[in-house]
Amino acid sequence: MSPEKFEPLIIGFLCNWCSYAGADLAGTSRLQYPSNIRVIRVMCTGRIDPTFVMAALARGADGVLIAGCHPGECHYIGGNYKAAHRMALLKKTLAQLGIEQERVRLEWVSASEGSRFASIVTEMTEQVRKLGPLGRNGGGEHV
Amino acid sequence: MSKPKLALYWAASCGGCDVAVLDTNEKILDIAGIVDIVFWPVAMDFKYHHVEAMADGSIDLCLFNGAVRNSEQKKIANLLRAKSKTLVAFGSCACFGGIPALSNFTNRAGTFERAYVEAPSNEKDNKTFPQAITKVSEGELELPEFFDTVLTLGQVVKVDYLVPGCPPPVDLILKLVDAFATSQLPPPGATLASEKTLCDECERVKEGKSISRIYRPHEIIPDTKRCLLEQGLICFGPATRGGCGQRCIQANMPCRGCFGPSAGVIDQGAKLLSAIASIYQGDSEEDITRMLDEIKDPAGTFYRFGLASSILKRKRL
Amino acid sequence: MKKVTIDPITRLEGHGKIEIFLNDQGNVESAYLQVPELRGFEKFCEGRLVEEMPRITPRICGVCPGAHHMASTKATDAVYHVDPPPAAKKLRELFYCAHMIHSHIAHFYALAAPDFILGPASDPAQRNILGVVAKVGLQVGGEVIKHRAYAQDIQATIGGKATHPVCGLPGGMSKPITEEERKDFEAKAKSLVEFAKFSIQLFNDAVLSNKDYLNLITGPIYTMKSYYMGLVDSDNKVNFYDGDVRVVDQEGKEVAKFKPADYLDHIAEHTEPWSYLKFPYLKKVGWKGLVEGKDSGIYRVAPLARLNAADGMATPLAQAEYERMFSTLGGKPVHATLAFHWARLVETLYAAERLLQLSQDKEIISPDVRTIPTATPTEGVGIVEAPRGTLIHHYKTDANGIIEKVNLIVATGQNNPAMNMSVKKAAQGVIKNGEVSEGLLNMVEMAFRAYDPCLACATHSLPGQMPLEVVIYDSRGKRVTSRVQNLPGCPAT
Repeated sequence: MSPEKFEPLIIGFLCNWCSYAGADLAGTSRLQYPSNIRVIRVMCTGRIDPTFVMAALARGADGVLIAGCHPGECHYIGGNYKAAHRMALLKKTLAQLGIEQERVRLEWVSASEGSRFASIVTEMTEQVRKLGPLGRNGGGEHV
Repeated sequence: MSKPKLALYWAASCGGCDVAVLDTNEKILDIAGIVDIVFWPVAMDFKYHHVEAMADGSIDLCLFNGAVRNSEQKKIANLLRAKSKTLVAFGSCACFGGIPALSNFTNRAGTFERAYVEAPSNEKDNKTFPQAITKVSEGELELPEFFDTVLTLGQVVKVDYLVPGCPPPVDLILKLVDAFATSQLPPPGATLASEKTLCDECERVKEGKSISRIYRPHEIIPDTKRCLLEQGLICFGPATRGGCGQRCIQANMPCRGCFGPSAGVIDQGAKLLSAIASIYQGDSEEDITRMLDEIKDPAGTFYRFGLASSILKRKRL
Repeated sequence: MKKVTIDPITRLEGHGKIEIFLNDQGNVESAYLQVPELRGFEKFCEGRLVEEMPRITPRICGVCPGAHHMASTKATDAVYHVDPPPAAKKLRELFYCAHMIHSHIAHFYALAAPDFILGPASDPAQRNILGVVAKVGLQVGGEVIKHRAYAQDIQATIGGKATHPVCGLPGGMSKPITEEERKDFEAKAKSLVEFAKFSIQLFNDAVLSNKDYLNLITGPIYTMKSYYMGLVDSDNKVNFYDGDVRVVDQEGKEVAKFKPADYLDHIAEHTEPWSYLKFPYLKKVGWKGLVEGKDSGIYRVAPLARLNAADGMATPLAQAEYERMFSTLGGKPVHATLAFHWARLVETLYAAERLLQLSQDKEIISPDVRTIPTATPTEGVGIVEAPRGTLIHHYKTDANGIIEKVNLIVATGQNNPAMNMSVKKAAQGVIKNGEVSEGLLNMVEMAFRAYDPCLACATHSLPGQMPLEVVIYDSRGKRVTSRVQNLPGCPAT
């Protein structure tokens, strides 16, 4: 008896100027990547409030990808540096809450890096699949 | 005409919210003059059966402090909700989970192991644990069932108002009683404190939020006039609702967020972690590594009072 | 057997219920004081920063947060191997005297006095602080409220808030006090000394001069012999803030004296399945059950125990009252449980006198109240005398000062065995032939009320039910998954 393959749900926050364009390029280039990712376009990764990541995880996402411009290339100069600080501290906090580091991933993807985007999503999907579903209540079963 | 009825109850609490009511000092006599206190276990001899005998909705105002983490507390929360017209989540535990909600980093099994087996003062190889039902020679004894997870009052019953604070300061308590007595309570759902953050009422001099190092409180002696966050101490002011009188700040110690999130914020810890990360200087990997090293317990710090009411609510185990 | 339940017990801090079993003749076969609440500090403090413990642990109790704050702060000193400057220690002790006064006044007038001022069997709707004020008058009531407010104000000035103060740090205090504040404390302290004397006079007039009450105090129903424990200074006088732990036996002879760090050699904890609160006892004597006698390791803490365990009080007025109490009640040690109320007032007088002494000390306004720790943190124990008994905070950390393990022996918990026995004795003494009235049940409650229990303190720890772990292995013996299930009422195996 083979168990049903777990299909992780991954939310992707992509910045308008770099990573969203990069994802777009992957599409137009007909590069295959798993459909487990659901993309949300934001103007800059500096817009990503840690609350969004937590809300995604609490409401059914098994993983969250945040992708922005390479350091030094942010359309708004410093937004991605803010994101780097926030996501780093968020990940350390999430680890204490029992959420594995691999479930939240911050990457830099430029507008020309379509294949990089595709391979990141492919890799992350398999990593999260191995970790298994995050679960809604996790460990606090008896209420 | 009979006086309106007031009830006070404590669930998973420390009793500080009840002491706060006593700290209204001579005004407690005024309060007793305008209401009949029909249930208040710390100070009065009314028992559960007195409450059970009351008609539904016959208690005009109930101040319920403490989080909910066992079956007895859940039962009494439901009982008092049924018997009360207006139910107030009184104090940080009832509003947000409070310090007891730090127990959401673990669960019943983990805590049980520590208390009854591991603790160094326990009898060696102890195998006796508290039970829901114990048979003794005379009959049976019952204990309530403990939950894995600490809940806020609002996660168990519908709550009409929130009065935050650990404990709520006297002036907020008196404002609540006054509004109740003069029928001037705002629409239900309101939090009865300031709509702004603590930073707004803090009297310290603020020059610009930008820090190159985070210190732990025992590592420096901070200046008493300058913003503590700007001096490198993690202070929850930017993410915490105001109205407390900035009493910890006046004692030269940083805020730890007991008043909960400011208006419109659903996760206080996430907001604070974002704020701290945003003002930490330096764009290199080394700067980020140093920042992470200086904040050694982010979840236990940022969620000091609000783990139960946070988006994730508890640790996944 | 018929079961009579008191739920919840009232006019104390915390949750509890009493179950009384009546046999066929309607007499009390047994009584149990069960504590149903728990929160789990010893577990959830793991992973926290040790210097935050003085701000986390006061939430064990909102009536004695100052006690937890001080014990915790002293434990962090020990963890960091740092010695605070002398002015910091004096300021901590001054704060702490104010704390003891607030707590003792609150207990005596709000929780205990209703039974004596209004009577044990009086109407429960009146038998409370409001009823006391109505009986003694607004003038006296106002003085009670004013003086507890003085004690709270002193704590708030030093610690930011009286309930859940924030001033304690490893190595000292968060800020010094000013000359203006010192003058204010001095004036309040003088008034508090007078108020403590007044309270003792009130106790004389309302309780000791009442033959029925005096008989109740000295009678067998509320008497119990046990060992007694308390902190003493180098002269064996009662000290709330610092010292060695001293234990005396039923005849008042010293049987142990130890430093805080050695508490585990002397104190052990027993568990019963019908209460979440453990039962501490003297390790070297042993646990023999809920019985009296020299072979039973049961000991008591809190005011009467402290006065029994010490050789005297360190201030003159309190010393005089100490001597008067013991000569009135037939010598040392006193085993009458209701005498805890008297001892509590003697301590209030001592705390007020000590508060005055410290407020007049030139060093108390020194700006030097912090030593920055430099050593690597490891492990430490801090002990104070909480209003309700000896309080022990024990922390073990890693090299970064992150808590690895916490052990707390909390005041009231140490009175758990004695409270159970006192409640049972009182129940057997007042309930006969099936006659159970509200007033008689209140007299049973009076047996625990004398201890001024703080059950939130006592039940900082959080046990659960019997866990059953199910582990699933696949056909190759590889562990696939496991589940932990908590089964109610499963006998321990």
